[in-house]
Amino acid sequence: MKFGMMKTHRRNQLLLIVVLIVGAGATLALVMQALTENINLFYSPAQVVAGEAPTNQRIRAGGMVVVGSIQRAVDSLQVSFLVGDLQSAQFPVLYDGILPDLFREGQGVIAGGSLDESGVLIADEILAKHDENYMPPEVAQIMASQQEKTPP
Amino acid sequence: MIVDKRFLVPLLGFMLLVAVLALGFKLRDPHLLPSQMLNRSLPAFSLPRLGDPSKTWSEKDLYGKVSLLNVWATWCPSCVQEHPQLMRISREEDISVFGINYNDDTAKALAWLQRYGNPFQLNIADHDGQLAIDLGVYGAPETFLVDAKGVIRYRHVGVVDEHVWADIFAPMIAELNRQAGGS
Amino acid sequence: MIIELGHFALILALAMSCCLAVLPGFGVSLGRPALMRTGGSLAAGMFVFTLVSFVCLAQGFIGDDFSVAYVARNSNSALPVYYKISAVWGAHEGSFLLWCLVMSSWTLAVAMFSQQLTDDMRARVLAVLGSVSIGFYLFLIFTSNPFDRTLPFFPSEGADLNPLLQDFGLIVHPPLLYIGYVGLSVPFAFAIASLSSGQLDAAWARWSRPWTNVAWAFLTLGITLGSWWAYYELGWGGWWFWDAVENASFMPWLIATALVHSLAATEKRGVFRSWTVLLAIFAFSFSLLGAFLVRSGVLTSVHAFAVDPERGVFILWYLIIVIGGSLLLYGIRAGQMSVNVGFGWLSRESFILANNLILTVSAITVLLGTIYPLIYEWFSSGQKISVGPPYFNMVFVPLMLPLIALMALSSFSRWRRTATEVLFGRQPIRLLISGLVCLIFCLLTSTWNLWFQVVSLISIWLIVNLLADARYRQGGRGFAGFLKQTPSYYGMWLGHIGIAVSALGIVTTVVMSEELDLLMSPGDKTQIAGYDLRFEGVERVNGPNYSADRGIIAVSRQGRLIEMLYPEKRLYSASQSVMTEADISVSFWRDVYVALGEPIGNQAWSVRVHVKPLVRWIWLGGILIAIGGFTTILDKRYRRLKMARQLQSRAETSVQASLA
Repeated sequence: MKFGMMKTHRRNQLLLIVVLIVGAGATLALVMQALTENINLFYSPAQVVAGEAPTNQRIRAGGMVVVGSIQRAVDSLQVSFLVGDLQSAQFPVLYDGILPDLFREGQGVIAGGSLDESGVLIADEILAKHDENYMPPEVAQIMASQQEKTPP
Repeated sequence: MIVDKRFLVPLLGFMLLVAVLALGFKLRDPHLLPSQMLNRSLPAFSLPRLGDPSKTWSEKDLYGKVSLLNVWATWCPSCVQEHPQLMRISREEDISVFGINYNDDTAKALAWLQRYGNPFQLNIADHDGQLAIDLGVYGAPETFLVDAKGVIRYRHVGVVDEHVWADIFAPMIAELNRQAGGS
Repeated sequence: MIIELGHFALILALAMSCCLAVLPGFGVSLGRPALMRTGGSLAAGMFVFTLVSFVCLAQGFIGDDFSVAYVARNSNSALPVYYKISAVWGAHEGSFLLWCLVMSSWTLAVAMFSQQLTDDMRARVLAVLGSVSIGFYLFLIFTSNPFDRTLPFFPSEGADLNPLLQDFGLIVHPPLLYIGYVGLSVPFAFAIASLSSGQLDAAWARWSRPWTNVAWAFLTLGITLGSWWAYYELGWGGWWFWDAVENASFMPWLIATALVHSLAATEKRGVFRSWTVLLAIFAFSFSLLGAFLVRSGVLTSVHAFAVDPERGVFILWYLIIVIGGSLLLYGIRAGQMSVNVGFGWLSRESFILANNLILTVSAITVLLGTIYPLIYEWFSSGQKISVGPPYFNMVFVPLMLPLIALMALSSFSRWRRTATEVLFGRQPIRLLISGLVCLIFCLLTSTWNLWFQVVSLISIWLIVNLLADARYRQGGRGFAGFLKQTPSYYGMWLGHIGIAVSALGIVTTVVMSEELDLLMSPGDKTQIAGYDLRFEGVERVNGPNYSADRGIIAVSRQGRLIEMLYPEKRLYSASQSVMTEADISVSFWRDVYVALGEPIGNQAWSVRVHVKPLVRWIWLGGILIAIGGFTTILDKRYRRLKMARQLQSRAETSVQASLA
């Protein structure tokens, strides 16, 4: 009787190991696939202007909304504005939809979407931070690293 | 006691996670922002006075005494948070407090000062961000520590609270005053 | 004065936690029962002082004491009094004080309701809880003191509570979530106490179970409420964003769910002991990790707290000491725990094992997605990325589907082994019924989406199985028979129904929602999902601490007015921040959700409209799951725990019997 139980136990263990390997393999494959497909690379205005960002692929780009650059269509929700850095790099963003509450001129913003051939970011999401922190960290860091590189 | 090494695997996994977190933490510290303006003189400017656009302020008006140059705006919630500390500094400390009203609206800015009090000895209306761009400002609040000769000694990004004041500004100011006194 | 009293009480609470960590433990090592029994009164002291401290801070808010920096930053004299109270936990410092209050409440509860434990065990458990608390109090007092004053000069007016947080959802969401988070410290304490004492028998599973279930139920409620809050307050109609902060609460939930199940197996059958102990450690570790992610600024999020590197460093060290220490102890001791208990592969044990594996793997994939930006940035030397919600959906959904399917199958499973006939015998007919229901559903809504079909089929299949099981358990005695079941059974039943309801709600909302962003001038009409919306215009209204543009929108269907909706765009005067306040026409079957965008000249506004079928089911399911969790503790056997020792020896016997 005892012996029989041991056998069941071993069989259970074997089964467990097989299930584990298959499951782990499938999950790992799924995770790798999902990760490669669904990360959004983040670019700074300078990188966008320099053509380092790929076109027709989903990316995120961030900087500051250039003061005075917001233009609205009269008859639709389309809005366009420039996103820039501390230097002269600026790129246009086109967005069709409702902007978040914290979207303002001169404030940090992240736009998600894809670049078309003419260098316009066709955005499907606009993120402005939803708390009192005044700038998304990615944007803050791009600004900071840029200052390091700035020649005196 | 026999230790089955298999049971130490979770610990290993955890150590890996801690390494990633510590690393990420170092990468993301938002307070470590340098400025290309450090130890340089203030850029030359001539901008209208807030509430009195017929007259202007220039960098020369800031010379003479160690000062704080605070970038503020009414659209900036953190500025409201920072405000009590600026009020305290202007009343209590032996230092000038100057304001750069950044990307703002004159009427709103004056109403804001009326409401919360005015800690600023003078206020520069930088409503299209010229000076801010020269200074490398990218948001508000930011505070520059400027010595008596108009050289930028330190730049703080974010709110100046009691800790920032006590740990960073107060010692630096003491040092600047000591140097000035010694020379 | 009151504020200083609060600060002082907090320091006393810290002192109490230090004593609690040390004295009962000394009692154990010296074998002095009198010392061991100090735990109860020390826990009570810790609770009372923390409560005093909390009440003092609340008084600071109610009395508009703006000399307190925290009050000045997060309140305003114009704030309604209920928001002044909830503002206590509206930002980092105060919310952590609430965290500590919850921690001390759990500790006191353990001290009060653990009479059945041996003195030795009780002392150990309380000592662990005390040690964990020390870190919390130190963190609060030294890095996040809410009682700091800005004397002698202080603002005459406060900066106001973040408008997003001026809402009923926020009054209740954090307390519930924290009760859940922190409650996971109790099974953790039991696990550590068992590991340290070497009493690695099945009894600790019986002690831990009711505590775990309650903490888990609170966590479920907290997450459900958080999702609901995000839905109506963030103004864009989403109910789950896979945001870092949401993930921080979801990962411990996944692990705690696994723990709830594996504890059942360990208690009833003595299996998976070392695994269950590990899960108990993991569950609490994940809730600490969540605190780190939220409060250190290492990840970005829509609702993370303000960033302070000092705090991050503190929590990281705390994680290293607490989790690292526990896992080390586990590594050393767990080897002595393994018991070979057999079970057939068609047994409830197997199902629970599968459940545990899937849930743990899900938690790890969520963790990976959450911290992947850090890893990527490191390996690509600085290239920043974000991991989008599609990653989580793509990984998570395929993991959840087999989980729900297993849940359906397991309804008829028995411990040790289940006859194939019992498990699969009637499944064809049940599948057929589910398929038919699903088909009717598809026909009625004319939806032919594959995801919708698969998820709703599996969910309905789960419900059919649960109903069939309930019918089977009536044993021919009708409803009276069903009423004879144990609370544990009802809990399981409700919890699983809740999962099915949530899953149906989620898939229907995702697949069938309709959304429209458009420009509307007064008098404009639009149509969406069979509803007619008429924009009547915008009026100015004033709230206690804000002014607002209020849109007026008539929702009607086939010419009959259903509801007038009044979405607002608020400007909070103190902080000058703009807030979108959506208005929703709520019903069991669908929501009509309207939010104002911005004015676009000539009285026209951008307007966002959603019609979301079955969206309420998502939260209804969550509430059912939580009720299920609470129901299980009504089980009489947890109140007969005076006999824990006897029961435990009986469990041991049954283990031996099954081995024989």
